[in-house]
Amino acid sequence: MNVGAEIWQAFVVCISAVFTQNILLTYFLGLCPFLGVSREIKSAFGLGLAVTFVLTCTCGLNWLVYHLVLEELHLEFFRFIIFIIIIAAFVQFVEMVIERYSPALYQRLGIFLPLITVNCAILGGSLFMVIRDYGFIVSIGYGLGSGIGWFLAIIAMAGIRQRLKNERIPRGLQGPGITLIIAGLMALAFIGFAGVLQR
Amino acid sequence: MSPAGGQSENKKLMVEGLWRNNPIFKQVLGICSTLAVTNLVLNTVVMCVALVFTLSLSAATVSVLRKLTPRNIRMMVETLIIAFYVIIVDVLLKAYWPEMSTKLGPYVGLIITNCIVMGRCEAYGNSNPPGRAFVDGLFNALGYSFVLLIIAVFRELLGMGTLLGVPMPYFSTSWDKWIIMVMPPGAFFMLGVLTWIFKSIQIGKEQQTP
Repeated sequence: MNVGAEIWQAFVVCISAVFTQNILLTYFLGLCPFLGVSREIKSAFGLGLAVTFVLTCTCGLNWLVYHLVLEELHLEFFRFIIFIIIIAAFVQFVEMVIERYSPALYQRLGIFLPLITVNCAILGGSLFMVIRDYGFIVSIGYGLGSGIGWFLAIIAMAGIRQRLKNERIPRGLQGPGITLIIAGLMALAFIGFAGVLQR
Repeated sequence: MSPAGGQSENKKLMVEGLWRNNPIFKQVLGICSTLAVTNLVLNTVVMCVALVFTLSLSAATVSVLRKLTPRNIRMMVETLIIAFYVIIVDVLLKAYWPEMSTKLGPYVGLIITNCIVMGRCEAYGNSNPPGRAFVDGLFNALGYSFVLLIIAVFRELLGMGTLLGVPMPYFSTSWDKWIIMVMPPGAFFMLGVLTWIFKSIQIGKEQQTP
């Protein structure tokens, strides 16, 4: 396949990962931090940025390692361990770089970075990319799209929850209950995007 | 510890894991990797078996190795232990039940990042003997599984009129199928409503015993 067509496919995959196949609202990945860190827009924003960045880079990295190393050695079943190690190492590396060069950014993102290692969306992105047999550029597009999709969902949720803070909600529904129901409504809205792209 | 004491301890762990401290209701943890497969009961059962296996054995293993693991790398060691068991599950599924393995897609692998596995290893396995860690892991996983099974039963029954693929008498004929239940929003709604019910019951109990 020539490069132009691949970039076009990457673009399509990226858009569909943001809207029609949102990693959070259709695949339920990254739900724990989504419920935990969506109380305020500010922290949701920081976490969303960090997830987008890490997801894009680790998708590319894991593609290289999987196709150039693991497939050659026929060690595909080892991918879980390798992927998680790469993700953890990458997060650690990013943390060190940010701390060294941009203390201000570190102050904002620092606490979220360790959380990302155990965010299922990151590992899920890499696993999906392997299962769907994407090429290298398409994988990066997929990682970027999934990250943006996650970012969009958590920001929207944080905005809604901030407004709900002063509303009267039945006691049993407070906290996770109402968040899940809002997430359901959001997922419903995102299904509306399904007609945008023909798969 | 006397055997009787051990038994009551196990019983306490059972109640905690299954109900009072249920991982899903109380802690709302680890739903990511499993909620996606709750549209069919069969997939859920397989996924839950995989989770019970992984959680109980990795909690026990973490507990066996707890004195040998240096504190600063223990998260990494725990992750590797969990990944080891997940790989066993994945390889077994691929070998003996390839269709199911394809259907579950990446979700078996995602047990590694399931917060509940890591959470139990960290909170309990790390500071308790292997036997008790195993029991704690087992009942937490079972508590988790039974909630997911409730969700799966409702989603498959209301959404497709079947249970385990078998058409149910009323639901497959005259019931107007709620397609939304088998789609992703249905899972969110079901879980939201279940947490609501559970929390209301707990609040009611607290008010009875001030």
